[in-house]
Amino acid sequence: MSGAEVPATMGRLAAHLQRRARWRWPEIVFWLAVLAAILAAPSRAAIINEVLIAGLFALSLDLILGLTGILSLGHAAFLGLGAYAAAILASKGLADPTLGLFVGAAVAALVGLLTAPLLLRGADLTRLMVTLGVSLMLGELANRNGWLTGGTDGLNFSIAPVLGLFPIDFTGQRNAALYSFAVLFILFAIARRLAQSPFGLALAAIRENRLRAGALGIATSRRIVAIYTVSAAYAGAAGALLAQTTQIVSLDLFDFHRSADVMLMLIIGGAGYLYGGLIGAAAFIVLRDVISAATPEYWEFWIGLALVVLVLAGRERIREAPRRLIALFAPRTARRGVA
Amino acid sequence: MLTILLDGVAYGMLLFVLAAGLSVTLGLMNFINLAHGAFAMVGGYVTALMMNRAGVPFLATLPAAFLIPAILGVALERTLYRRLYGASPLDQVLFTIGLVLVAMPIADYLLGDEAQQVNLPAWLDGRIEVHGVGIGVYRLFIIVVCGVIAATLQTFLVKTRFGAQLRAAVDDARVAEGLGINVDRIFAIAFAVGSGLAGLGGALAADVVGGIDPSFPVKFLVTFLIVVTVGGSNGILGALFGALMLGVLDVAGKYYIPSIGAFIIYGVMVVTLIVHPQGLFARGDGR
Amino acid sequence: MNSRSLILGAALGAAMLSGAAFADDNTVTIGMILPMTGPSASTGKQEKAAAELYIQQHGDTVAGKKIALIIKDDTGAADVTKRLAEELIGNDHASVLMGFGLTPLALAAAPVATEAKVPEIVTAAGTAMITEKSPYIARTSFTLPQASAPMADWALKNGIKKVVTIVTDYGPGVDAEKWFGDMFEKGGGTVVEKIRVPLKNPDFAPFLQRVKDDTPDAVFVFVPSGQGAVFMKEFVERGLDKSGVKLIGTGDVTDDDLLADMGDAALGAVTTHHYSAAHDSPENEAFVAAFEKANNGMRPNFMAVGAYDGMALVYKALEKTKGDASGDALIAAMKGMSWMSPRGPVSIDPETRDIVQNIYVRKVEKVDGALYNVEFATIPNVKDPFKAAKY
Repeated sequence: MSGAEVPATMGRLAAHLQRRARWRWPEIVFWLAVLAAILAAPSRAAIINEVLIAGLFALSLDLILGLTGILSLGHAAFLGLGAYAAAILASKGLADPTLGLFVGAAVAALVGLLTAPLLLRGADLTRLMVTLGVSLMLGELANRNGWLTGGTDGLNFSIAPVLGLFPIDFTGQRNAALYSFAVLFILFAIARRLAQSPFGLALAAIRENRLRAGALGIATSRRIVAIYTVSAAYAGAAGALLAQTTQIVSLDLFDFHRSADVMLMLIIGGAGYLYGGLIGAAAFIVLRDVISAATPEYWEFWIGLALVVLVLAGRERIREAPRRLIALFAPRTARRGVA
Repeated sequence: MLTILLDGVAYGMLLFVLAAGLSVTLGLMNFINLAHGAFAMVGGYVTALMMNRAGVPFLATLPAAFLIPAILGVALERTLYRRLYGASPLDQVLFTIGLVLVAMPIADYLLGDEAQQVNLPAWLDGRIEVHGVGIGVYRLFIIVVCGVIAATLQTFLVKTRFGAQLRAAVDDARVAEGLGINVDRIFAIAFAVGSGLAGLGGALAADVVGGIDPSFPVKFLVTFLIVVTVGGSNGILGALFGALMLGVLDVAGKYYIPSIGAFIIYGVMVVTLIVHPQGLFARGDGR
Repeated sequence: MNSRSLILGAALGAAMLSGAAFADDNTVTIGMILPMTGPSASTGKQEKAAAELYIQQHGDTVAGKKIALIIKDDTGAADVTKRLAEELIGNDHASVLMGFGLTPLALAAAPVATEAKVPEIVTAAGTAMITEKSPYIARTSFTLPQASAPMADWALKNGIKKVVTIVTDYGPGVDAEKWFGDMFEKGGGTVVEKIRVPLKNPDFAPFLQRVKDDTPDAVFVFVPSGQGAVFMKEFVERGLDKSGVKLIGTGDVTDDDLLADMGDAALGAVTTHHYSAAHDSPENEAFVAAFEKANNGMRPNFMAVGAYDGMALVYKALEKTKGDASGDALIAAMKGMSWMSPRGPVSIDPETRDIVQNIYVRKVEKVDGALYNVEFATIPNVKDPFKAAKY
């Protein structure tokens, strides 16, 4: 390219990125709808809260799985760390939620930073197992140090009102959901910005082909460590929210099934475009709740069946169905609506 | 304490047989099959049910414990699994988790959730002393049987034509096809053998782990994965070594430092992977 | 972000917002929260069967009110338990919460019970301090100290001086280790070693090898029901029975749910517990027969009897309050309530709201070709020692 063309290309690139960065109306409708659901159905606040927190957790996984292509079976480690950090803080008298949120995210981020180098070498399976191993070891550590973590009994504690004004304990169910919503929205907006920045593009390059990205001059290792730390922070925040809005923590937060569940949620909703985790979380939790009410003993069977069918039918084809439906009635909307 | 060493070897051998099939599908065929434990469960149930309900002697049930999961494996492979050979790891994870979630409640519904016990015949009970070292007869039996299986598998893989064809198909399926090797059939057979081994392992393990119950697949999934990961993807020997190492370290660790407990195998795995990210015996091309 | 997500979101919203229940003054709803899936699923199964049996036998009307039983699966996760408790009270208008398969699950629901003034009947969990966590908690299961302390007594009286304790490393296990150990040493015995085993443990071999090397008179065991079978087998396989080491422990290791299949390795084990399916009373015979009939021959265990008595407690309390299902009235009625359970006579301690019951010393023997815990000594009306020590 000649010297004169470079600024022009950069200009077009910047314009393109800016266009992509604008919030589209379906997104705005989505967030308003979620907010409306919280306000309109206070009796469902507890399950909505659970969905929002799971959505944040899935979002954190999307940052490494969907954006960067790193497989992890141990993300529950950060969920647990954030939750226990916030819980221990609250039981020792420092019960302000905002403080607990930051501390939870920070603790998780620190551990993420320390363990990120383990992910740099090796194949997918290695990463899956290392992350799993770390989360299981943390679970064992928590079990052994019952004086701090309450061991298998877990910790019960009370939480102060958010910003000193809005109680989020049993009397403030709706406030709890709103608190989770606020945190989720803010973190989502930041993640969205991140994904569409040059940093995000670099991550996409790493996901597609790490070797080639390195050859292009992208410092892949540093980027991977950076996004893993951010992802850990997000997961830690989700854990802190979970602890604070339920006022309990127990060892099952570090369990393998938590990591597996969040991976399922993300895969169901679709990885890579950030909304997948939220949708998958909602779908998984609501579906599980509905089926479990009908058959408390055998609901796993139906979920498993749904998963098998989902994969065999092709996740793409199922997700395309609503779009094709819309295309019949509003072709222009359908064409524009690609993330 | 030699007894502890032998206990560890027995445990490791058991892990090997259970995980060998997973090593095949994962390491050699590059397919993440988290439903592997379900085949082990089927094998365990076959033995338990044949013994408890039909009075079949223990040894006679073992071939069935191999064959029935093997047949099931082939059936599933032909119909469902092979559609996903080229799919992304995520899809494979999702699919096989779905299979496990379907299998467990079926077992629960048909057989109840109490663990089905395998009560060993009298000649396998008790302990013997060999040069002053005590060992359970059954543990000795496990070591011998699993050792024979390992040797057979290795010979098969290395010395027979089928083994060579399998290794070729794994290295480069397209070229192998071009050379006239029926890759499809080979994968099917490998999958069947892997599932059969899992079933046999389940039958052998039933006594040691307290019976077979519907949650068996998930209880041991993590352990299997650890064995395969530590051993590396280079075929049978890697899995054997990984299993033995884990078995001995786990048992010895629990004996000498009981409070360490479960830590050991996770710790060993993480440390191994830090030093050797591909596992101890990895393939050259880093897969 | 695109339209497909919008549609999905709308559909989910609709699904979530549907299904609110209506309050009905003539119905008393009992919300049972049990681990129906996950590692403690067998607890859930036994308890669900027992609760449904009770209703089937005693009808679903008490003191003019209809009884509605809702069963929810908390998968053994404490945050799910809490949410289910809140939903049962808020959306389904439950007047009573029941169940709770593990200690953290019971603890999770406690603040909800207190806030909403709804009785929480613990029918499974066994750690002593649970009833202290809310004035609305009553328990119909048992406590580990209640079951473990009498074992120490029996052991000392029967010439056992040196013991190794093996317990699973979690709440109830630690309780058992402490209470047996303390009572045993107070009576002059020695606990040579205290071994703790990880909860998710497939292999007891190394731990039992340590026991063998310690050469005690007996080994005191607590493992969660489900691991009893493998423990027994390992015990025999290691030759411990032949070397004269007696097997003693709480009844969890010879859980009726699994005892029949444990094989002869279990014969001779002496345990202390509050319930045996072989308990010789007309009430128990009727209970066991009806339970097995309704559940394909499944033998009831102590979890089942916990749920059965939980239902009994609610029914009797309602009769006493003449149908008043408010939390305060029910709890007041429950305090001091006593009745004949399939396990023997039971009552609810008015001070602690915990269960007072007989503890039996039993031995595993073959009865009609099947293995049972046969009771041969009774310690009557045992209060939970952990709380009794405080009052």
